[in-house]
Amino acid sequence: MLHPDAKLRDDLFEAAEQAPTRDGFGKGLVEAGEKDSRIVVLCADLAESTRVEEFSKKFPDRFVEVGVAEQNLAALASGFAAAGKVPFIASYATFSPGRNNEQIRTTISLNEQPVIIGGMHAGVSVGPDGATHQALEDMALMRVQPNMTVISPCDAEEARKATVAASVLGKPVYVRFARDKTPIMTSFDTPFAIGKANVLWYPQQGAPSVAILATGPLVHTALIAARELENRDIPTTVTNFHTVKPLDVETLVGVASEAGAVVTVEEHQIAGGFGSAVAEALAQTYPVPMEFVGVHDRFGQSGTPRELIEEYGMGASHIVDAVARVLPRRR
Amino acid sequence: MTQLTDEEVRTLNDRANAIRQTIIEMLVEAGSGHTAGPLGMADIFTALYFHVLAHDPENPGSPVRDRFVLSNGHIAPVRYAAMAHAGYFPVEECLTLRKFGSRLQGHPERLKLPGLETTSGPLGEGLSQAAGMAYAMRMDGVPHRVFCAMSDGEMDCGNTWEAAMFASAKRLSNLVGIIDRNNIQIDGYTESVMPLEPLHEKWQSFGWHVLEVDGHNIPQFIAACDEAAAVFEKPTVIIAHTIPGKGIKSIERDYRWHGKPPNKEEAAAFLAELRTLGGQVTSEHQ
Repeated sequence: MLHPDAKLRDDLFEAAEQAPTRDGFGKGLVEAGEKDSRIVVLCADLAESTRVEEFSKKFPDRFVEVGVAEQNLAALASGFAAAGKVPFIASYATFSPGRNNEQIRTTISLNEQPVIIGGMHAGVSVGPDGATHQALEDMALMRVQPNMTVISPCDAEEARKATVAASVLGKPVYVRFARDKTPIMTSFDTPFAIGKANVLWYPQQGAPSVAILATGPLVHTALIAARELENRDIPTTVTNFHTVKPLDVETLVGVASEAGAVVTVEEHQIAGGFGSAVAEALAQTYPVPMEFVGVHDRFGQSGTPRELIEEYGMGASHIVDAVARVLPRRR
Repeated sequence: MTQLTDEEVRTLNDRANAIRQTIIEMLVEAGSGHTAGPLGMADIFTALYFHVLAHDPENPGSPVRDRFVLSNGHIAPVRYAAMAHAGYFPVEECLTLRKFGSRLQGHPERLKLPGLETTSGPLGEGLSQAAGMAYAMRMDGVPHRVFCAMSDGEMDCGNTWEAAMFASAKRLSNLVGIIDRNNIQIDGYTESVMPLEPLHEKWQSFGWHVLEVDGHNIPQFIAACDEAAAVFEKPTVIIAHTIPGKGIKSIERDYRWHGKPPNKEEAAAFLAELRTLGGQVTSEHQ
């Protein structure tokens, strides 16, 4: 059942309102910009698509169009930060932090400048644009950089909160956002703190058999799977790891040791992503059998978001199957 | 326009020579590092730290400073030597270059050493950062300038030209680029590795005010910096023609000295050459 502390929306299964997480980025930027005049937004020719347009209209003096130049985008932002600004940079994740990875590494991470990198179009759910524009390795790229915080919000509301929280962190942050509309499950009152995972679902009675750990919009799919598993008398927990780095190891070990088996869910390559981060942490603390739901060493392709989520094995039925696979191996 | 007296010019040239000696001393002690670029840029770094830049070694983070970004971080020895001679830290600390625990990393790191504006080494990124600083400073009405030293080799990088486009589009007249036009890079002469000419016209066509100077003529370089301050509608780039390895006749213009240090015997000979101005004077060390 839904965890009361998570204060999720009542309608999240039936008639959930839908919005892309990038919308939350746009709202969060305006909100943060109203609070802090040091905030500037730099954009690489994708103002509408990255949802920075509203900020650009509201604060034209603090909006900087860079053109299609993602390497410049990142290094410029480092310079703005060095001169006292709090810069956000917005592009598609395949280009930023994809194309400009080294600029981010040297001028932002190693240089410890508080630049917030907003990477749009994460995951195969980008849809028709195809593999070139579907970022499936961005969390891996960002996670291995020291000093970098990595956030993957589950819905538009959490994306808004993550954007505002990133603006006051004073450190380099990467936040990934999705293109497609996805259900809004969290409410204004749902707790959000960078680095603190939230348990969203737990068994009506008894102990859980499997802990489902999810990040990004697939958290909603994980909840659907958990409800389905409950109907089959397989009790689970679902925990939302919006922060992939630093990973909330305390909560992780709690839910993993309670269940004795883990399934991770992410719209990202299995190699180097959220599931890898979980495996690294559990291997050192409380090793349990694991299954990984995500993209298994393939590039994306064109299609509808729904077709692609199914093709790449990240639907609710795939999560249910993963739980069934790991169940007999529980610790 | 600054008019330097003969005495002032002499003092600056002497400082540049002292900085060159420190560069040789630090490189031989480190056992690795770049020789040609630092020697070639010694005159310009001397002009910057001892005349052009508004800066305070006692208060490196002063809000009323000019910012100096070193894009091609591999010539760090000249920056460290100039900073030490300017009073940022003791000259003896230069001998810790590239050693474990040193503030003087092989490529400069802002968080290690006060007075560095950024961390640099990977080529092509400095001008972007300098442009970001210049833009932010203009937003805040900060009446100071941003200088960015670059190598000619990093004119190969697309990022350099992205920044060049940006700075002229945004009319960042508080930004001054300085190109060390020494014609060498690791794999050989720039014009054989990846031709840059016509470099002057390239920058001009990107919307910059372009000046060319003899990078070993300190008054000429200072005059160019003054001229840049008087250009209000666009950023300025100073193409400084330098001789890699300048001051040591046997290695001048030799690209093979781009990325290696002198050994002990070579260093002794190089220092003797610098201290006697190539045999023109008698050194106290003789």
